[in-house]
Order: sequence, then structure tokens, then C-alpha cells
Amino acid sequence: MAAEHRAESAKDLRFDLRIVASWIESGSRVLDLGCAGGLLLRHLRDTKGVLGLGIEHDEDEVVSCIAQGLSVIHGDINTELPGFPDNAFDYVVVSQTLQQAYDPTILIQQMLRVGRWGIVSFPNFCCLQIRLQMAFSGHVPVTPELPYQWYNTPNIRVLSLDDFWAYSRAVPFAIRRSLAVNPSGEGKARVVRFWPNLLASYGIFMITGV
Amino acid sequence: MISSPSVGLVRTQSFTFAYPPRTMVLDSGVDLGPVSLAYETYGQLNSECSNAVLVCHALTGDAHVAGFHEGDDKPGWWDHYVGPGKPIDTDRYFVVCSNVIGSCMGSCGPSSINPATGRYWGLDFPIVTIADMVRAQRELLRHLGIECLLAVVGGSLGGMQVLQWAASYPNMMKGVLALATTSRHSPQAIAFNEVARQSIMSDPNWRNGDYYDGVRPDLGLAVARMIGHITYLSDESMHLKFGRELRHGGGFAFSFETEFQVESYLHHQGKKFVERFDANAFLYITKAADYFDLDLGNADSPARKALAVTNARFLLVSFTSDWLYPTYQSRQMVNVLKELGRDVSFCEITAAWGHDAFLLPDPRLETVIRGFLGGLHGC
Repeated sequence: MAAEHRAESAKDLRFDLRIVASWIESGSRVLDLGCAGGLLLRHLRDTKGVLGLGIEHDEDEVVSCIAQGLSVIHGDINTELPGFPDNAFDYVVVSQTLQQAYDPTILIQQMLRVGRWGIVSFPNFCCLQIRLQMAFSGHVPVTPELPYQWYNTPNIRVLSLDDFWAYSRAVPFAIRRSLAVNPSGEGKARVVRFWPNLLASYGIFMITGV
Repeated sequence: MISSPSVGLVRTQSFTFAYPPRTMVLDSGVDLGPVSLAYETYGQLNSECSNAVLVCHALTGDAHVAGFHEGDDKPGWWDHYVGPGKPIDTDRYFVVCSNVIGSCMGSCGPSSINPATGRYWGLDFPIVTIADMVRAQRELLRHLGIECLLAVVGGSLGGMQVLQWAASYPNMMKGVLALATTSRHSPQAIAFNEVARQSIMSDPNWRNGDYYDGVRPDLGLAVARMIGHITYLSDESMHLKFGRELRHGGGFAFSFETEFQVESYLHHQGKKFVERFDANAFLYITKAADYFDLDLGNADSPARKALAVTNARFLLVSFTSDWLYPTYQSRQMVNVLKELGRDVSFCEITAAWGHDAFLLPDPRLETVIRGFLGGLHGC
């Protein structure tokens, strides 16, 4: 049953989460902020023996995590983080959630307080597709990575990959690893090395305190 | 809804320990002995003794969690959750539940006979605490050959026992599942208990607890139960269940007879309760709840120190409409466990039914209980 689970959980893993998972060392302690149904945590538990904990505000997602035997706290990431002691985790993951944070700087500072490493992934708001939509349609862009209308988007902060680099100097924090990618179907991603801020729709960063 | 078969016909058993010259030393310093516990078990203990789940009951509960007693048409109090194929799966787990000491459902308490005098204990029965209840359960498990529990599970006063278990025996269990409970009985909860106790004690038939040979303080106990029931419901559930409906329809009677459905419900609950429960036992168990405080905010509290070293996984569950042990009280416990770096999960389940929600069928509760237990690994 364990082997089946493993295969299934790798297949279901979103492209960015596969990269995040590949950056995490076996047996480490991981806090997943906004863990949804626990796909990443389950994958890490089953393939890397990771001790994981999720924070999730949606009740059904929380129930689904607990149903899989995962540890999860039903709550808001902004209010739950301050309760953890310093360095309680090796990695704190914020995947597709930073753009929804009310105060991203406090969130990042808290992440780097409770974890040795932060892993942040978010959609690039300045990729070519979005720039073209803005320029030619005259409407606020809607893409597979940002599939919302202006009136129903949970994304209250939109940023580009270059914005995040600039932000790292402002907060400050150190970027130790970064990858710009485009999803290429079936949970896979193609790495973008040339002009990432224009040609990649997604960025994944590993950060630490300075 | 689960429609699995039940554990079938079961019967309550009894275990007695602390025979003279031995005694059980209570938190109050008083020696008690011999100590009897009524208990039931379901399922089979495996050869490694690694599949035992202890279920702890609430204030007026008993050892009869699941299945049927001979001649009964109603199953045990948590039959929906405990049985073959159910969330606490008796095909996988060996389930034990004991009636708490101080109760009147088969364990020793004020309504049992004091072996020293041959008379009912009444108020001579010593005051017991939640920790005393747990210590007695520990003796029962020793008797059953269980040195490690896969999980301790319970709601309300049962949840207090669950948390006390983790504090008293932090290395004896793999999982701690506490529902609709608190680590510190609140002044509001104490206040309701005190009104309920005063109702019993002001019944002229109570006679300082020495009523077993005569008429019982049924009226006082019934009102105490009515008060309790209000705290187990919620504003929303009362709207849903009763609204302002009148028993006989039509208009007001302009009298003080029982008119509203909600009045009728409370009267019915009170009447039913006095048939099965003892007034003194109600005093003792509510007092135990009021004394309950793990004092987790204090860095030097023994409970906090114990929790700091346990490797057990925790799951706390609260219910949105529970105002007796509201969500913030579960969250306080979660925060302590976070601070201590323990493995803790928490879920607040949306439910209209108030504190009672943990006893009622709920698909989410079924899922989390099953999932949490399934993720625990043997002792």
C-alpha cells in the first residue's frame, strides 16, 4: 500500500511542489503554510521521512489532511506563526501563498525565525503572457497561474521575480537558491534560464536570514 | 452515515484494587480503598499489546460506549463512533472504557457502599479529581495487561481525562485525542456547575447527601440537569430544534404551565435523568471538573513539564457553536503544545449543536478520528 501511495502522491504533485520537495532533505522538519489537502506533506512523509506540520484555514482541507494521518493546525498562517519557538523547523514552505499575505514582510521574518530555511514560490506577474494581455486587451490579466478576476482574486499582492530579488535586499534576507520555471503539463516544469523575469511564469526561492 | 454493524451484545465488568492494607491516595490526601471500577472492552488485544484505545466518558456517561446490553433497545453512548468498521474500529483496536470513580454507574462513589460501615458513602466519600480518575484507570489497564496505549480518546470531561492522561503518563500513549474540552475549567463553566449543585443541595430531600434510604432529591437533580442541558446546546441549535413553538399550538395559555417546546424538552431531560443518575455523584463529578486545571501557562507546572517530554501525537477538536468549552480553550492547549515543540493537530468543526456536537454523528468528526488513529503507530 505504501508503494502505491508513493507513486500516486508523486504523480499528483503540482510542478512547483515537486521542485520544493526536491530541495528538502530527508528526515527534516517541515512547516507548510497553507498546506491545502496536504499533497506536499504526504509526499515528503512517504518519500523522505519528513516530520511535517501544515497550517490551513479551510476546514475541509484540514479534515482531509488529518484523514491521511498528517499533522495540521486549523488556523490562519499570520496568527499561527508567532506561537512557534525559534528554529522549530528546518524548512518553512510558503507555496502560492505569499501573494495572499496581508503583511508579507512580517510573514517572511516569522518564517525565518521559526525555520532555518524558507521556501517561497509564487506566480510571476511580469511574464510575457501577462505583459501582452495588459498591453493589448486593456484588461487585468487572467492566466493559468493567476486564474482570477480582479473582483474575486485572493491575490492582494502581485509581484515579479525581479521584485522578489529587490525585496530580499529591502527586508533583508538572503536568496540561496532560485529557479524560474514554466509548467509543462503533467506536473512537470521547464526551467527558464534566459530572461526569467520575462519568460518564466513561476519562481521558486530558498531563502534564509542574513 | 455509517451503517456498520455494532459490537453486538456486551456486558459491563468490574475490577477492584487497593484492597486492605493497601489504599489509593487521592489528590486530597485521603486514602481510599478498596476502589472499584466498572468497565467494558470491545475487540481483541493483539499479541504485542499495541492496539489498545482508552475511551474516557463525559460527566454523566458510563462504561457502556458501544453495543447493546441484554434487553436494551438503545446502544451505548458513542456507538456511532465505536464498532466494527467504525472510526474507532473494534476490528483493529482493543477498546476499553471505564466508569470514573465518584460516579454512580458501577464504579465506587457516594452512592456505593462504604465497606468500613456497610452503609452508603454519601458525603463521606472523599472528593476526587480528574487526576484521581485517571490514576484509577491506570490500575485497570495494568490489570488488563496494557502498558502502552495506542490512543486515549474522549470529549468534554472525558477530554479532560485525556489531557490528564498525557500529563500524568506522558510516555504511555502514542496518540492523544481530546474533543470539545479544556485544560482549565473556566469561571463560566464553574458558575453553571455551582448553580446545578445548589439546585440539588437546596432540595429538602437531599438531606446532606444522606437520602439513600428515603425519598431522593429528584427535583433538585432534574433542575441541575436542565441547567446542564442549556450549556450543552447553543442558541442556534435551540432555534433549529424548538424555535418558539408551543406544545399545543394555538395561542398562549396565559399561565405557568409548560408551554414552549424548549421547556417541555428540558423537563423531559430532567425527568429522564433522575431515573439513571445519582444526585451526589453529580455533585462529586462537577466538583472534579471545577478543580481541573493543568496550569499550562506556568512554566513550572508538572503537567507542562510532562507534556514537554511526551512523544505522543495530539489532536484537539473543537466545535464552532460550543460555548461551554469554546474553541479558544482548545487553541490555548494547541499553543502550549506548539511552544513545547510537540506534534499537534487541531481542527475546529463547524456544527450547530453546541457542546453536544461531539456526541452526535458528524462525517467530519468520523473522518478525523479514523484518520488520526490510522496514522498512529503501535507501542
